[in-house]
Amino acid sequence: MNALDVIDVSVAYDGKPVIAGVDLALEAGVIGCLLGPSGCGKTSLLRAIAGFEPVATGEIRLDGRTVSTPRGALAPERRNVGMVFQDFALFPHLTVADNIAFGLRKRPAAERARRLAELLDLIGLAASAGAYPHQLSGGQQQRVALARAMAPRPAILLMDEPFSSIDTELRVQLAAEVRAMMLRDGMTAILVTHDQHEAFAIADRIAVIGDGRLRQWDRPYALYHQPADRFVADFIGEGATIAGEIVGAGLVRTGLGEIAGDLAAGLRPGDAVAVLVRPDDIVHDDASPTRLPVVARTFRGSQYLYELRLPTGETVFTLAHSHREHEVGEAIGVRLDVRHLTVFSAGGDPVASQSARR
Amino acid sequence: MTDATWVVARRRPALLPRATLWQGAVLAVAALIALPVLVVIGVALAPAGDVWRHLGETVLADYVTNSLILMAGVAIGTFVGGVGCAWLASMCDFPGRRIFEWALLLPMALPAYIIAYTYTGLLEFAGPVQTGLRDLFGWQAGDYWFPRVRSLGGAVVMLSLVLYPYVYLLARAAFLSQSICVLDVSRTLGNGPWRTFFTVALPLARPAIVAGMSLALMETLADYGTVQYFGVATFTTGIFRTWYGLDDMNAAAQLATILLAFVVALVAIERLSRRSARFHHTTGRHQDIRRFRLKGVKAAAAFLFCFVALAFGFLVPAGQLAWWSVLVAEKEVDGRFLTLVWHSVELGAIAAVLSVMLALFLGYARRLFRTRPVRVAVDVAGLGYAVPGTIIAIGVVIPFAFLDNRLDAFMEATFGISTGLLLSGTIVAVVSAYLVRFLAVSLQTVNAGLDRIRPSLDDAGRSLGLGPAEVVRRIHVPMLEGSLLTALLLVFVDVLKELPATLILRPFNFNTLAVRAFEMASDERLASAGPAALTIVAAGIVPVVLLSRSITRTRGTRPA
Repeated sequence: MNALDVIDVSVAYDGKPVIAGVDLALEAGVIGCLLGPSGCGKTSLLRAIAGFEPVATGEIRLDGRTVSTPRGALAPERRNVGMVFQDFALFPHLTVADNIAFGLRKRPAAERARRLAELLDLIGLAASAGAYPHQLSGGQQQRVALARAMAPRPAILLMDEPFSSIDTELRVQLAAEVRAMMLRDGMTAILVTHDQHEAFAIADRIAVIGDGRLRQWDRPYALYHQPADRFVADFIGEGATIAGEIVGAGLVRTGLGEIAGDLAAGLRPGDAVAVLVRPDDIVHDDASPTRLPVVARTFRGSQYLYELRLPTGETVFTLAHSHREHEVGEAIGVRLDVRHLTVFSAGGDPVASQSARR
Repeated sequence: MTDATWVVARRRPALLPRATLWQGAVLAVAALIALPVLVVIGVALAPAGDVWRHLGETVLADYVTNSLILMAGVAIGTFVGGVGCAWLASMCDFPGRRIFEWALLLPMALPAYIIAYTYTGLLEFAGPVQTGLRDLFGWQAGDYWFPRVRSLGGAVVMLSLVLYPYVYLLARAAFLSQSICVLDVSRTLGNGPWRTFFTVALPLARPAIVAGMSLALMETLADYGTVQYFGVATFTTGIFRTWYGLDDMNAAAQLATILLAFVVALVAIERLSRRSARFHHTTGRHQDIRRFRLKGVKAAAAFLFCFVALAFGFLVPAGQLAWWSVLVAEKEVDGRFLTLVWHSVELGAIAAVLSVMLALFLGYARRLFRTRPVRVAVDVAGLGYAVPGTIIAIGVVIPFAFLDNRLDAFMEATFGISTGLLLSGTIVAVVSAYLVRFLAVSLQTVNAGLDRIRPSLDDAGRSLGLGPAEVVRRIHVPMLEGSLLTALLLVFVDVLKELPATLILRPFNFNTLAVRAFEMASDERLASAGPAALTIVAAGIVPVVLLSRSITRTRGTRPA
């Protein structure tokens, strides 16, 4: 049985759907993520799971129990979900300890005390138990909000952009810490974010949502290397698409030469396609006869991201050690190392071909 | 669906009738609050009689001129006092600054009519100042020139002394919210502190300053006690005279309508300024303020400037009141005095409780239904603060008297009993006027409190197992307590200080502290008015303390 089932769910405001036809399932103990640009409907879906928004179509099940259908919904307080809010929503009139114990008030005193101590320990704020929220830093408030949501051991923990008010440099680190805490407590969780690095740091499975539709529900690795459509390819990671032409079974001719890989059925020789080229598909190799001029570069610390121009005028990216520096205008040797061939129909967004392994 | 635990919460259909009911009630409350003003305008529209023509030929020009001079004078006075003190106390550093920062608000505790009669006592021929001068220089009566306190100029000074804190408060907030960077930029471009003040800081703070001055001028227009006591003929005194002396409701309403036109202009200016104030904020980031450190003569001058405002606005008059109170305490503080206190407390408490309840109702409606009618209605309900008490009193008395007469006639005809004045002669009328005038005060405080309860806090409570009613009980109530208490206090104190509406609407032989202080002073028994006045001032200090506490909290120097 899954901790969460979302079956053909749509959420609408004033009759206008903001997200439609979403299907996804989350097993217990897994951390999922709804990732997408702002306004894509991901928060609406999360609020529907929490019970704050009605669903227009479909059904939501928590631990196999139906909690939302278009005909009615279980009230949020009866769903056994925990929620961490974007602004943390800590109760300003209560101390850290009282905030965390807020959802435990119906439990016996001894259990309450034990769980509180356990969580204070987990978030490392035992010394601040008597402090009020405004006396804490943003990161500390974030952890209190997390502990408060986790305290009643909810069936699922829902987090709405929980790191958005944290300094960018700290976000990924904090996300990793939060992941460790949730794994230790055996939590099932869903996080909403627009930041893919945050998503990668915390989630086992990620749903990429764009324009109110679920584009892909997959492991982070697959999102990057086998994007289901052009939207996912553009949204996740870096890369360029270059024009190509099918020249044979599993063979595409591009400005980078011929690339081999499994291609979906339906593509015939002569078809024009767009090929996704990730920076890691192109390897810097001085011995390679293929030499491409650098048109721009960005220093990344241990690596440089170089933008290279193809004879066709298109550009692609590659990453190379920063031990050596190449100036703009210099031609460098590169070799293709395409592990996952991803092609789309040349016309635009619709998917022409699922990526495939060589 | 056959699940036994299923709870169907079909939100929209279930809420709809309740929402309509609630919104209808909001509109009704707003209409009732607006009624007095509408009544006054309605009565004014009736054809003018002889009295009006008489007024127009004789005193109307005086009313307009005096009111305009009064406003111009108070505008200059509050600008110089308010902006000067705000700049010195917030952006400069000199000995005593920290005390001035909150103490400069103290004059707000003194109603203008009280400071007016206090200075009259201080500066009259037999008062301590002139007596002292005569003793010192051996002058005789008629030897020397001494400014007359009871004059138009005197009224300007009195009102400026107690109203400058409005400008001070808003200007100070504006100066503090200006990014230090813009001031630094001006300095790096070669402007000295003075040039920086006039070319950067002052223009940036202009909307806030204008808003503060508009508030001060609304109070000026609303003032009755000072101008009446000083014998300056303005609209408010004119309305009283026409109403009581000439017994002409119609003409009084017409005068009131002209006065309302002034008020509407001020409200418009205030609103526009507040709106543009938002665009004048440069950055949201608050750095610690680096104040201009003043030394030597400059520091002394700054100290003197602030001290003069504080001393003449509060210390001197409060001291005089205290001295008078000591002199007459034995004779005046008796059972009758306690009755006065009880009457004031009774009115203040009733008005405060009702006003906060109304504010809670409107505030929650605004929070739950973000529709245009509700927003407009809540806005209208909050406009009473701008309307002079005199006008509200007339607007309340006319419909109440009408109802009373109708009811009395009906009861007389049907049952042969005369009910007399059930509404207009009782505290129902006074309290209604207070509600109209001071609902804005409680509404503002309650709304500020409600705004602190972000919607996510409701959601957090729900996700932690609270039902809707429990969310109110366990989250809203504890978070609102402080705001509700503040609102109660503010309305209570405002009612205590209110004069003209109380004078017009109080039941026969029903005296309050404010009425007593004013009547004693009008009878030239200045010292005897001391205890009542001092009690009002003491109560008036409470909101000043609340304000100054929030000032120290927002000082901008936060320990990390």
